[in-house]
Amino acid sequence: MKKFTSLSSIAMPLDRANIDTDAIIPKQFLKSIKRSGFGPNLFDEWRYLDHGEVGMDNSIRPINTDFVLNNPKYSGAQILLTRRNFGCGSSREHAPWALEDFGFRAIIAPSFADIFYNNCFKNGILPIVLSHEIVDDLFKYSGNIAINLEDQTVKTQNQIFNFDVDAERKRRLLNGLDDIGLTLQYENQIRSFETEHFNKFPWL
Amino acid sequence: MAETLYDKLMSAHIVREQDGATLIYIDRQLIHEVTSPQAFEGLTLSGRKLWRNKSNLAVPDHNVPTTERSSGVSSITDPVSRLQVETLDKNCKTFDINEIQMNDIRQGIVHVIGPEQGVTLPGMSIVCGDSHTTTHGALGALAFGIGTSEVEHVLATGCLWQNKAKNMKIEFNGDLDDNISAKDLALYVIGKIGTAGGTGFAIEFCGTAIQSMSIEGRMTLCNMSIEAGAKVGIVAVDDKTVDYVKGRPFAPIDKNWDLALEYWKTLHSDDDAHFDESIVIDASIIKPQVTWGTSPEMVVDINGSTPDPEKEKDQVKAESIRNALKYIQLEPNTSLSSVAIDKVFIGSCTNSRIEDLRIAASVAKGKKIADNIKLALVVPGSGLVKQQAEAEGLDQIFKDAGFEWREPGCSMCLAMNADKLEPGERCASTSNRNFEGRQGQGSFTHLVSPAIAAASAITGHFSGVDS
Repeated sequence: MKKFTSLSSIAMPLDRANIDTDAIIPKQFLKSIKRSGFGPNLFDEWRYLDHGEVGMDNSIRPINTDFVLNNPKYSGAQILLTRRNFGCGSSREHAPWALEDFGFRAIIAPSFADIFYNNCFKNGILPIVLSHEIVDDLFKYSGNIAINLEDQTVKTQNQIFNFDVDAERKRRLLNGLDDIGLTLQYENQIRSFETEHFNKFPWL
Repeated sequence: MAETLYDKLMSAHIVREQDGATLIYIDRQLIHEVTSPQAFEGLTLSGRKLWRNKSNLAVPDHNVPTTERSSGVSSITDPVSRLQVETLDKNCKTFDINEIQMNDIRQGIVHVIGPEQGVTLPGMSIVCGDSHTTTHGALGALAFGIGTSEVEHVLATGCLWQNKAKNMKIEFNGDLDDNISAKDLALYVIGKIGTAGGTGFAIEFCGTAIQSMSIEGRMTLCNMSIEAGAKVGIVAVDDKTVDYVKGRPFAPIDKNWDLALEYWKTLHSDDDAHFDESIVIDASIIKPQVTWGTSPEMVVDINGSTPDPEKEKDQVKAESIRNALKYIQLEPNTSLSSVAIDKVFIGSCTNSRIEDLRIAASVAKGKKIADNIKLALVVPGSGLVKQQAEAEGLDQIFKDAGFEWREPGCSMCLAMNADKLEPGERCASTSNRNFEGRQGQGSFTHLVSPAIAAASAITGHFSGVDS
């Protein structure tokens, strides 16, 4: 798993609530059997003016200059700032894959959908929940934002905000730990649970 | 201490707890072609073994064509879709996983065939790389959708790290009106609590309306829990559950059946169990529901109208309404019953079971779809549902009315196969998501029950069964 410790970047403001994973990465791109290469199709339907399909040369497609992702001002932004319930809908991990591939490493919003939130941690992306009021303020702020996972802080030029994150998720993200490797340390414990479980529920 | 059903199901599967995270044992993983290839690849690259092949069952459903496909995987004309299904076949062979292949009579949508085969049972912990895994909660199982990294984790370890959810109780009381089904209840409650109302919660559905609801109806309701933001939706085990499970191909038999039954009867919340939130709804007042916008929470009674953003005080909400109306090309204060439709889709893991098809057929019987309907699709949830429907003559009723009768699969719910809407087309759909572009780029989806989908196909606009 990719590490996340800290970063400093401007934030790209995506001022919409309830952005679903279909919007983040439309279904036609889910036909890929690979884990990488989804970045050019992030927000495909909002970002381009034509209909995107797998295998197209995205560099020559007509872009929607009204969409914030195409605003040169936010080029290179590693933080996505958005509204409540980001990542709702489908469980597709292609959504965080596309965000990460594009270059986003942190997302700030008042709330996230459960499955998406969890998927972010598996891909080195830090989803940060801040209150509606703070998010409102950040939408008005255009400077650099510094995020520090160890300290659990988000800093603007004049302000500092704290955020919550589960201790275990934090530890894994800070160290870039391999989830499966960690779990397999408890292989014996899983085996003995399994034996007891099947004794108790022999029909399984 | 008194426990909720969710707490009981979690407790029965806890292998280990540390720092607030819980390692739970997974009894069953369902696998489909879209969210699994990268998981199998990860397993191969790391040289890890499959933990237990018997825990898994695979089926291709998202990419499969619903038209003639007797030549099997080679009938998939889109090479990218075909490769994904072939990859699933190959991975299942390599890892010795039981797969129901495309032309097996038992093939169908993963959330239809799990319960149908008795592969998903009460009390089990069930995962799938698909958010609508909530469906299986209707049997009193702990079932939830996961991402591909977690699919790989379950393949490799048989377990998953979870944070315990909070408990929410949604009680539906009273008798449902004629032609009101679980889909209307689901849309109604999502309209009330919003698409994030259930975030962080496991929802237990209960009340007299749920007690009298069929297992298939409960599946529809639990299926839509994720549209309210809840990763888990469950219903307690009762006689209906037991009757449903009995005799299914993978259900326990003989002595194991008796043992299972004894355990399953404990799968309900204790009387004084604590719920972090409780909602009580009078189900008798619920009217047929239809969504007007681009989120399942944007829903009104079929006699209702689109909202006016100028009247909304919350600015974020007002902006969402404006965006949705602009996308879906409807003006504020438009009566839904005046809106004409182009296509109708009856299918998906929400509404493609035999009871859904019976209801739709009863509405369509002896009638014809309206002239403005370009296509009305009926896509059964599985080969066995299709077979049953044909034995009852439902296919003929649909065909006589002008509907197309198709092979099973996810089809136009998410349009990963050839079944999709063209830009600007408007669809009455029994599926679960009306997001922008969900059924085809630039297309408009309105979520409804099977009864309303069939009635609207006949009139050509959103209509109740009586009209």
